[in-house]
This record gives sequence, structure tokens and C-alpha cells, in this order.
Amino acid sequence: MSKWELKPRSLATVFLPFALVLAGCGGGSAPAPQTKAALPEGHVDPATAGTISGRILFQGTAPVMPLIDMSSNPSCERQHKAQAKAETVVVNPNGTLRYAYVRIKEGLAPAHWTPPAESVKLTQDGCIYEPHVVGLMVDQTLEILNDDPVNHNVHAESQINPAWNISEAPRDEHKFRKFSSEEILFPMTCSVHPWMRSLIAVSSHPFFAVTGEDGTFSLTGVPPGTYTIEVIQEKLGRKEGKVTLAASGTATLDFTYGN
Amino acid sequence: MATETYSRGLHRWSILLAFCTLLLVVAGGLVTSRDAGLSVPDWPLSYGKLMPKMEGGILYEHGHRMIATTVGMFTIVSLVWIFRVERRRWMRTLAVVALLAVILQGVLGGLTVLYLLPWWISSSHATLAQFFFSTTVSIALFTSRGWLAGPSIVPEDSDNPLRGLSLAAPICVLVQLFLGAAVRHKALGAIYHICGAPLVTAVVLWVSMRILLHYARNRELRTAAVALITITLVQVFLGIAAFMTRIAYADAVQPMPLMVTFTVLHVAVGALTLAASIVLAILVRRNLGERVTMPELSADAVSA
Repeated sequence: MSKWELKPRSLATVFLPFALVLAGCGGGSAPAPQTKAALPEGHVDPATAGTISGRILFQGTAPVMPLIDMSSNPSCERQHKAQAKAETVVVNPNGTLRYAYVRIKEGLAPAHWTPPAESVKLTQDGCIYEPHVVGLMVDQTLEILNDDPVNHNVHAESQINPAWNISEAPRDEHKFRKFSSEEILFPMTCSVHPWMRSLIAVSSHPFFAVTGEDGTFSLTGVPPGTYTIEVIQEKLGRKEGKVTLAASGTATLDFTYGN
Repeated sequence: MATETYSRGLHRWSILLAFCTLLLVVAGGLVTSRDAGLSVPDWPLSYGKLMPKMEGGILYEHGHRMIATTVGMFTIVSLVWIFRVERRRWMRTLAVVALLAVILQGVLGGLTVLYLLPWWISSSHATLAQFFFSTTVSIALFTSRGWLAGPSIVPEDSDNPLRGLSLAAPICVLVQLFLGAAVRHKALGAIYHICGAPLVTAVVLWVSMRILLHYARNRELRTAAVALITITLVQVFLGIAAFMTRIAYADAVQPMPLMVTFTVLHVAVGALTLAASIVLAILVRRNLGERVTMPELSADAVSA
């Protein structure tokens, strides 16, 4: 062998640093799930419970939502008469916002609230998640439906609850999942159709709402007290307001976003 | 001095393997840029099948798996071929390293799907892909007629040493590639990769310019230095373009074609940059002679 030919030692000199760098990769950890403390059972006295309601208003020029290009998947595209739009900011005709998540953030006595037996549905229809924002309680069942003639994967990108990714074939059996910890607004996405994105809010109590076509919210059966109400809009951000609810009373609180 | 018989078939096969590996890097880059990494939730099968319906992101993810399987098969063929015709033991070792690397790469690819794209697995998968590509390029180099014809020795100028410096380029490029992968997999902000770019470019220019200024009479070194400079400058341009399109489409609800194009080209040319820097380091070790002082070098140059 010539002295200028590469020897194993020479090869190692060239390649070993890269192997070491790769071998050095590692570490990282997922956020630990919240632990449930032993809490008293949440209870509402119907005789004193009241309602907090309001509107989520939008002032200014409504942002133009980008069109979704489904041409890469004709089976999705064929299901829409007109080209679908993103639902990041949806301003209703009455100047209110759709898909704002409203909840009591502070003021409730610590308690464990029993979730409703009914499931909350998340439908994949026309390769769009419906609804765009989903609110449910800890340990309440999320029922995932695929009404499309195409494969979807459903990826819960949760940080506090364990993340998961499941496949759902066309008109497959419904999938059922629960979340064991409170986690407000994390994305649910489909990597087959990268425009598909919904937001999931898992609440530890039942006092939350997602605004609809009229932009209003109503939190019913709330015990009397003073509360911090929080609104979260995925693009426009968070807002908070204080409200005091008298026994058997009603309280109103509007929030205004704008540009 | 030739120590091995040239095999045109093995050399051409090695070039094909390197080319297919570059295609595989492009396919992998498309998976990430198209946000298709989890479009097939299971592994090693896809939706429980060998061949799912190729739609949407599945086209990219399963297509990537198919190309990877092909490259894995080609690597096995290379190994068998090298063991049959090669007498150089280190070449056999390199063929085994290549096979182990492609197997590890497949396992990392599967694990990152099953564990929902943890950044350290995804980034290691991306970086090992670049390293594997360099390995295939090296095999193609070692089986070439030019390599087997023997080195053309030039003495190392003690005032402009090259041996150690030539290793700095591939190490810096590899670190920069890992930073880029970490940015793509959302472990780091883009600022780290952006700050690394001028440093890596400076090191590459330093090495290449030293060769062009002091060792240009060696054709292999000269060609490798020019190739590395050219590829690096193209890579810098692609990096700027990829970043600008990412800013321009920040509000897009899906990956936009222009952004995907520039980003994937940036990934592919990144692989070429690493391969070019490794080839340069190898050629320096092959062609550089004993270190001499300037007067001695001048005498050599005159006699040459």
C-alpha cells in the first residue's frame, strides 16, 4: 500500500468527528402531565346559579383569509363548490368574531368537576375540521369522525397531555379519545392535508364556550362570585375582563378586538 | 501508484448510489417542508399496507420510504460488489460503515414517526442523511480511475499549513447542517443557523483560498477547492431565498410551493456542501506531502 493511500486510521480521522457529533445528539423531555390533587366535587346550587354572557366584537377591516389550495388532492377539492378559506380569523356579518374561546380563568373555588357523558364531535368533512375550535372537559370523550373519501391522520399536538397520531381511513369507525389534564388550545392537525388544523381546549370545569355565527357566548349555571373571564383568539391573542355575578343574576361582558 | 484494478462497473454503480442518495435527501426534505412527516402514522408498514393510496402527504412520506428502501438495497449490492472485487481492506470497512449507516438511518426514520417527530431524532435523521450521502460520494471517489492512478504529491508549505485546516471545513459544515435541521424541526430559532452561515462560509473560503493561492498546481486540490467554493456560494444564496420565502409566507395555511422549492434545494445543496468539504479533506490527506519550509518549497517548485 502506498503511503498516500487512505488507511483505516485516516478514514477514521475524517469520519469519526461526524459520528461523534451524531452520537452526541439526544436528550429532551416532554412536559410532565399535571397531577390531579384530591379536590372536592364541583357543585352548583341551581337556586343561586347565574349566567355570564357577552359578545366578542371586531372593529376595523376584517382580514382577508387565504384560500386553501386543495388541488393536490382532487377528492378533497371536489367536495367544495367554492374554494375553501382558512378560518384563522372569521368575522361574522354582524361584526363579531367566530371561533373565539371564552372561559372562566380565575375565581372558581378549587373543585373536581365531573365531565358530561356526551361526547364532543370533531368531524373531518371536505378535508376541513368542523368545528374549527373545540372545547371539552378533562376526561370528556372526543369523538372523531371521517366523512371524507380519503385517508386522514389525526395528530393531537398537545404539550401537557400525551400527544398522539392516529390514522382514520375513509368512513372508518369513529375514533374516541380523552384528555386527562387541562390544556387550553393546542392544535389538532392532519399531515396528509397540511391545511387541516383545528384547536382543542381541554377545561377542568364546565364554564367555557366557543363563539359561533352570532359571536356571542353564554356561560350558564355559574355560582355567584367575581371572576376573570378570558377570551382566546388564535391569531388576535388573549384578552381578560373581570365580572361580578350576583346570586341568580346575569352579568354581561363584551370584548373587542381590532386592527 | 495504482494498487487496485479499476472496475468501471463498480465505479458507475457507486455514482448511481450517490445520485439516488441525493434524490433520497431531496425526498426527505420534501417530507419536512410539506409537513407530511406524520401523514403515515405507522411504521414500517404504511396504513398497515406495503402500498397505501398515494394521496396528499402520504405521497411524500411513503414515496420517501420507497426511495429509502431502494437506496438500502443498492447499498447492500455495493457491499457485496466491493467484497467481491476490492482488495483494499479499508474499502470493505467503508462499505460496511455505509450499510450500517443506512440501516441506522431507516431506524431513526421509523422512530421519529412512532415518537411523533421528537426534534433530536428528526434532526439526527436529517444529519445522518447528509453524512450517508457523503459516504456514498466518498465510495464513488475511491473507486474512480483517478483515485486508483495514485496521488500527485505536493509538499505542505509550513507557512500555509493545510492538513488540519482542511478538516475544519467539513466539521463546521456538519455542525451548521445540524443547526439547520434543528431549526427545521423547531428545536431552535433560525437565528442560530443564520449566525452560523457566515462563520462556515468564512472557514470554507479560508480553506479553499489557501489551496488556490498556495497549492493550485495540484489539479485535484484545485478542482475540489473551486467546487467547494461554488457549491457554498450557491448554498448561501439558497439559504437567503429559503428564509425570505418563509417570512413572505408566514401567514400561509399550507406549505407554499416557492418556499418548499427553495428550502428543499437548500437541504440538497447542503448535502453537496458537506460532501464537497469531505472530498476536499480526503484529497488533502492524499496529495499533501511532508511539511517543508518556504525555501525548500521554492526549490521543489522550480524542479517541478
